[in-house]
Amino acid sequence: MHKVEFELNGEPVSVEVEARTLLVDALRGGLGKTGTHVGCDTSQCGACVVHLDGRSVKSCSLLAVQAAGRRVTTIEGIGADGGLHPLQAAFREHHGLQCGYCTPGMIMSALDLLQSNPDPDDAEIREWLEGNLCRCTGYHGIVRAVRAAAAEMRGQG
Amino acid sequence: MYDFEYHRAGSVDEAAERLGANSEAKLLAGGMTLLPTMKLRLAQPDVLVDLGGVEALRGVSGSDPVVIGATTTHAEVAASAEVGDHIPALAALAAGIGDAQVRNRGTIGGSLANSDPAADYPAAVLGLGATIGTNRRRIPAEQYFRGMFETALEADEIIVSVSFPKPARAGYAKFANPASRYAVVGVFVADTSEGLRVAVTGAGPCVFRVAEMEAALSRDFSPDALAGIEVPADELNEDLHASAEYRAHLIGVMARRAVAAARG
Repeated sequence: MHKVEFELNGEPVSVEVEARTLLVDALRGGLGKTGTHVGCDTSQCGACVVHLDGRSVKSCSLLAVQAAGRRVTTIEGIGADGGLHPLQAAFREHHGLQCGYCTPGMIMSALDLLQSNPDPDDAEIREWLEGNLCRCTGYHGIVRAVRAAAAEMRGQG
Repeated sequence: MYDFEYHRAGSVDEAAERLGANSEAKLLAGGMTLLPTMKLRLAQPDVLVDLGGVEALRGVSGSDPVVIGATTTHAEVAASAEVGDHIPALAALAAGIGDAQVRNRGTIGGSLANSDPAADYPAAVLGLGATIGTNRRRIPAEQYFRGMFETALEADEIIVSVSFPKPARAGYAKFANPASRYAVVGVFVADTSEGLRVAVTGAGPCVFRVAEMEAALSRDFSPDALAGIEVPADELNEDLHASAEYRAHLIGVMARRAVAAARG
């Protein structure tokens, strides 16, 4: 067993894992952060996207031991003071979800995009979300939500 | 996946020692191929030696050659000012690998050590006449790629960096698999100090050059110069994504697009 310490949503955490334990399983199991979903478990669908040191990664394709000493952010860690993050609010407002299974990964992926590109056009949003699959919405609502959240975050909402 | 021993290496020497001590040990860089492969039990290494903590392996420096550390991620290569200024075709290639999350984890050294026949980087390495630097020696691109998932690397040899000579101009075009973004066929064309080079990935067991295209482009660097040149389908890959004949056809199309991209 390995004792792994890292920063989770701004708080130091410590968890005992096997070498083979995936980060997503450590998050959902020992650490109780079940907002991050497991969709395909084959690194295709993006339901498990979290941030590692501020960049989006698929937590089903990362060992928990690889997160040692790093900064991990999950969907639970992005809203301020218990409220919704602008991306979460925009997904609700613009019908960016139906069943909601892909939503945490979609939002964490989109947040990574907006950190480096605060004003993406539709093509850039669609290209960026290549690694996130949604089987409900047909993506139109998701793209609208990301664009609306981008405007809100730029202070033009 | 089955459990294994995990070691986080502090240096290349330490990683080489761990690797040499057990023939079933494997290096872990970005893990974008290795970990999914282990989950499917297609690989079951006893020991994983993680290079993620070896800072010396990461980063981009220089202008000619541009030297890229082995654990530099695709996203870092795509965003690198050095790569963008001196070899923009290489930055564009890196920006088109997989998806954003793969680019945030996957590394150039990992991609080259794995040598997937449909990977993008081999086309740039052979197309630009790059040199693979390991903990023991420097391997020219021509001698590095040996076959499908087969390279010149010894079992306990570690890629440290890749040196890319700056070309006068270069371009890359690929016909991407719509699901994986791997290259069904990708062609890298470069006008280098060593001459005109055309390297094809995705189409054969491993990356290869097309002498006839190189000769035609050295006379006239234009898409039209490639008219009528056909690559035989005999030894090309055939799978559910594309027949060998279709891949042969795509080589011509992607080569013309790569030349057009290089001309700007």
